[in-house]
Amino acid sequence: MVKEIERAGLPVVHICTVVPISLTVGANRIVPAIAIPHPLGNPQLGPEEEKALRRKLVEKALKALTTEVSDQTVFED
Amino acid sequence: MGKIRIVHYLNQFFAGIGGEEKADFKPEVREGVVGPGMALQAGFKDEAEIVATVICGDSYFNENIEEAKAKVLELVKQYNPDLFIAGPAFNAGRYGVACGAITEAVQNELNIPALTAMYEENPGVDLYRKSIYIIPTKDSAVGMRDAVSKIVPFALKLAKGEKIGSPEEEGYIKRGIRVNYFADKRGSQRAVEMLIKKINGEKYETEYPMPDFDRVTPNPAIKDITKAKIALVTSGGIVPKGNPDHIESSSASKYGKYDIEGLMDLTADTFQTAHGGYDPVYANEDADRVLPVDVLRDLEKEGKIGKLHRYYYSTVGNGTSVANAKKFASEIAKELVADGVDAVILTST
Repeated sequence: MVKEIERAGLPVVHICTVVPISLTVGANRIVPAIAIPHPLGNPQLGPEEEKALRRKLVEKALKALTTEVSDQTVFED
Repeated sequence: MGKIRIVHYLNQFFAGIGGEEKADFKPEVREGVVGPGMALQAGFKDEAEIVATVICGDSYFNENIEEAKAKVLELVKQYNPDLFIAGPAFNAGRYGVACGAITEAVQNELNIPALTAMYEENPGVDLYRKSIYIIPTKDSAVGMRDAVSKIVPFALKLAKGEKIGSPEEEGYIKRGIRVNYFADKRGSQRAVEMLIKKINGEKYETEYPMPDFDRVTPNPAIKDITKAKIALVTSGGIVPKGNPDHIESSSASKYGKYDIEGLMDLTADTFQTAHGGYDPVYANEDADRVLPVDVLRDLEKEGKIGKLHRYYYSTVGNGTSVANAKKFASEIAKELVADGVDAVILTST
């Protein structure tokens, strides 16, 4: 799916937990997530903390969208 | 040679431990056969014996690949097997990745012959086909009998150290290895024969298939994200409560488009997941954990992004065929472009 969206001319960032799969499906901008059943959350945290964690991931995704890349790039910290 | 000793690897589901709620199950070993191991054992008759079965939850493996691999290797090693078999994983993505990773590790680190089996579209195939033997199977456990009938003869051959022939002869998935051999006819003659077949519209087989690198060049970055209209797309199956479009929990045949105008937060009363391939508890409690609408609204309010697109798109990426996923995404992308969206955040579980 990422690839088809990219092909249509839209920059796309893939937030996902299993980065190797994202790499094989051809995502170019990848942000590693927390866990498979809750990629953008952590039920063990309180609501405030959890939202802050999510915000950090989304901000990282936005940063990925504003970063020029020439090849598949995983945006770690 | 006495009986061939085999260690078998299964995920939590096939081992009968549980479904997605048990996907975080840590590696464990059981003596003898478990679940599909029985069908394999029946196929091996007296030639081989499954001495132990290692079990690991799919989410645990994929979220902790290095630790899980090390632990599984340790468990396999204890039994000093002659052969290691993982799966079959059919079209279960995380299971396929786990089977591929652990088969590769057993083969390379323990020097034990190893193989796995899965459906050709399983992401584990693309990741590991080059380094290990993967027997192609059907896309679901309905194909168990067929898978066993293919695995057994190949496994015995491999364990006995017999020469393994080409993928066409043996039936494993091509690894992209070229082997020199003496042909009866010289190259120019073979080339002309192929050309004549091609001109006549007949079938011919190339001797040098081109690798299929279907890569898309990254699009330029967004210059000013504070002016950008951003859309959310997910394969995590987030849908309005009740799943109005009846998106299937696996092998999805459709996607949904949902209006989130004015919505600040996804809640347990309004949204849920339709995905059947992960434990739905956390997403049902708070769908923002998969589709971060709440945070994007905050960022929109603060002027950190231009706008969150009025619609989000969702499907279930669980055993969904590549062809369907491609079709969904190209339709979605066309609409997004027409709606003036500048960039997309795609989330996957």
